[in-house]
Amino acid sequence: MHASSAAAPAVHYLNNEKTIRSWLTTVDHKRIGMMYLVAVSLAFLAGGILALLVRTELAAPGETIMGPDAYNQTFTLHAVLMVFAFIIPAIPAVMGNFVLPIQLGAKDVAFPRLNLASFYIYLIGAVIALTAVVVGRVDGGWTFYAPYSTSVGNGILFITMGVFVMGFSSILTGLNFIVTVHKMRAPGLTWTRLPLFVWSIYATSIVQVLATPVIGITMLLLFLEKLLGIGIFDPALGGDPVLFQHFFWFYSHPAVYIMILPAFGVISDLMGTFSRNRVQGYKFVALSSVAIAFLGFLVWGHHMFVSGQSAVSSIVFSLITYLIGIPTGVKVINWVLTMYRGSVWLQTPMLYALMFLITFSIGGFTGIMLGVLAIDVHLHDTYFVVAHFHYVMMGGNVIAALGGLHYWWPKMTGKMYNETAGRIAAALVFIGFNLTFFPQFIMGSRGMPRRYYDYLPEFEIYHQLSTMGSYILGIGLFMILGYLLVSLFKGRVAPANPWGALTLEWTHTTTPPDPHNFHHTPVVTRGPYDYHLAPELFADGHSGDGANVSPESVHRSPSEA
Amino acid sequence: MAQPAAGQPAHLKHYFVSSDQQFDAAKMGMWLFLITEILLFSGMFVAYTVYRVWHPEVFEAASDLLDWKLGGINTLVLLGSSFTVAYGIQRIQRGDRKGLIINLLLTLLCAAIFMGIKYVEYSGKFEAGIFPGGNFAPVGDYHGHDMANYADILFLPQFFSIYFVMTGIHGFHVLVGMGVFTWLVIRSFKGDFSPEYYTPIELTGLYWHLVDIIWIFLFPLLYLI
Repeated sequence: MHASSAAAPAVHYLNNEKTIRSWLTTVDHKRIGMMYLVAVSLAFLAGGILALLVRTELAAPGETIMGPDAYNQTFTLHAVLMVFAFIIPAIPAVMGNFVLPIQLGAKDVAFPRLNLASFYIYLIGAVIALTAVVVGRVDGGWTFYAPYSTSVGNGILFITMGVFVMGFSSILTGLNFIVTVHKMRAPGLTWTRLPLFVWSIYATSIVQVLATPVIGITMLLLFLEKLLGIGIFDPALGGDPVLFQHFFWFYSHPAVYIMILPAFGVISDLMGTFSRNRVQGYKFVALSSVAIAFLGFLVWGHHMFVSGQSAVSSIVFSLITYLIGIPTGVKVINWVLTMYRGSVWLQTPMLYALMFLITFSIGGFTGIMLGVLAIDVHLHDTYFVVAHFHYVMMGGNVIAALGGLHYWWPKMTGKMYNETAGRIAAALVFIGFNLTFFPQFIMGSRGMPRRYYDYLPEFEIYHQLSTMGSYILGIGLFMILGYLLVSLFKGRVAPANPWGALTLEWTHTTTPPDPHNFHHTPVVTRGPYDYHLAPELFADGHSGDGANVSPESVHRSPSEA
Repeated sequence: MAQPAAGQPAHLKHYFVSSDQQFDAAKMGMWLFLITEILLFSGMFVAYTVYRVWHPEVFEAASDLLDWKLGGINTLVLLGSSFTVAYGIQRIQRGDRKGLIINLLLTLLCAAIFMGIKYVEYSGKFEAGIFPGGNFAPVGDYHGHDMANYADILFLPQFFSIYFVMTGIHGFHVLVGMGVFTWLVIRSFKGDFSPEYYTPIELTGLYWHLVDIIWIFLFPLLYLI
């Protein structure tokens, strides 16, 4: 251990200005990332509590704690909050904002003021969406299928407007990152030396920019449909409800990749760092993100196999859906290969990466099952679908987000969390998650429809297991919240590079980083996972914990700077 | 915020290495934004196409109610404004600040004429009860068309839903453009722009051309065919 490295610099981004105003008006990408962290965590908390209410209602057949109307509103709000206010911004807006510019060796994103604006747009959108709760009856799930969605209460006006507004936030964030990756890379940071996290955020941003405007106009049309009765989707006026489904899924299927691609990036970085090994097949892993982003635009019809689209289009959509399995498989195989002959270090972030391999793979394979035409007709709108997308969204995105949060937490806050607590919580999350959602595969395949507040007695055992699992999952997540908050006050001061990672945020910035990230723009001379080229980290046999940071914590002695 | 280092131009942000990098970044950002704008309109163009294929006779009957002369004048006005923006950029590149301001003001004037004509078109339709979708309630006579003949054409109101939504959102973009041009005029008077730095004008020009191009598609699709 190098004792000197375990001291925070005198000035860093958290303490260079201290007023509330300096936070609310900041254009520092790190501070904006932290504000996003607080905001999306609150959304996750709210959405999570709603999920627990849903599971509690389903603990027994018949009415348990709420009636059917309240149940519909609860799961709708759970879905809208989780999808639009949590999962979509979670990794890009929090970790992308915090880490991406530093990984590029840049002092900030290309448009810092736009970055702050997109945060406030997100907040405004979330508040508008939540207003719907007060206005009343938000029904019909997060898919807002017309004409049902426009035939129930006025809440839909606020939800659609909220989603519309949050969409702008997503577009602006994506736009900012694309330009940043193109124009702000440090000298020597070629495209093949980019950390895979950057590649995946880049691919995500492309999808955000190209897909989100379509949900924007869809939500706007739905809004006008409700407000002015324009009838674009109303059969009575010559409109077509299936057109709504096409529009909706043209965004919402690519949006699935907005949710999962950043997770892939986090997992790639974790696999490299904690296996002390180059991520195998770097170019394939990098370009598979782009391939997924591209193919993701061509599969929306697989949500509509039973909506009356032609058999030919169904077959084509089904085939392209299988194709997505290829780049995804390339990634999973390369992650496993990265661990092979690596030196795997089972710290909490790596535990999440391993969990991801299991839960995401289950989610991915069941996704291919659902892309099979004949099987989908049987499983459509059952709990099998619910289980599938929770394995991808939660088992993929949320697990990866937790891994990334534990990985970058020391960099963000300058404090280490309690490792033992981290491992116990990880185990609880893993057990709870699988217990919640695996039984849903079984009951779904036996015919339990989704979105029902009641069920036949034969499904009781699965629902009860699922509800129990959700409580365990909830305990695990609250435990994480607890020890992370405790670490802020009582945590050990984090060393500059606790994991011995090789990307610029660990090797070239202090912990926490300087307000301007770097005093001198770094010159990059190796790839992001070239451990064999990094003798300064590992030559003397330590695990990287006392790694040198270059330039050596410039702020410690201002006279020398 | 870091202080600009000595010898650096005032417009150069500290996180960029050079003015060129800053300009390239801004321009790329604007192009990406324009792509999102096209995709925003694409949804409406798809809706237009689907319903036109389904009910071509309805679209033909309904487009008779649009005045192609007013639409044509508006097309010319917008084309003219695109020219004045481009010419304004050329003026400031040559250091002619006065020329820039004149051209920006001319652009604003064209935009105002466009919105004025749109107002005339919209208010005339509202008086004849031509509202989008379910609120369609034609009365009396509209520019020589007896509205009673149109009352019973099935799905006719849908054409006007598409018309009002597309031209409405386009008009909103014109209004936003007017706001930005006003801001640019004020900044020009303050002397913010020079041959070395005119990025905001260039970017607003790109936006304005896109607004123009969208209208160039809307005009024939809605008024002529």
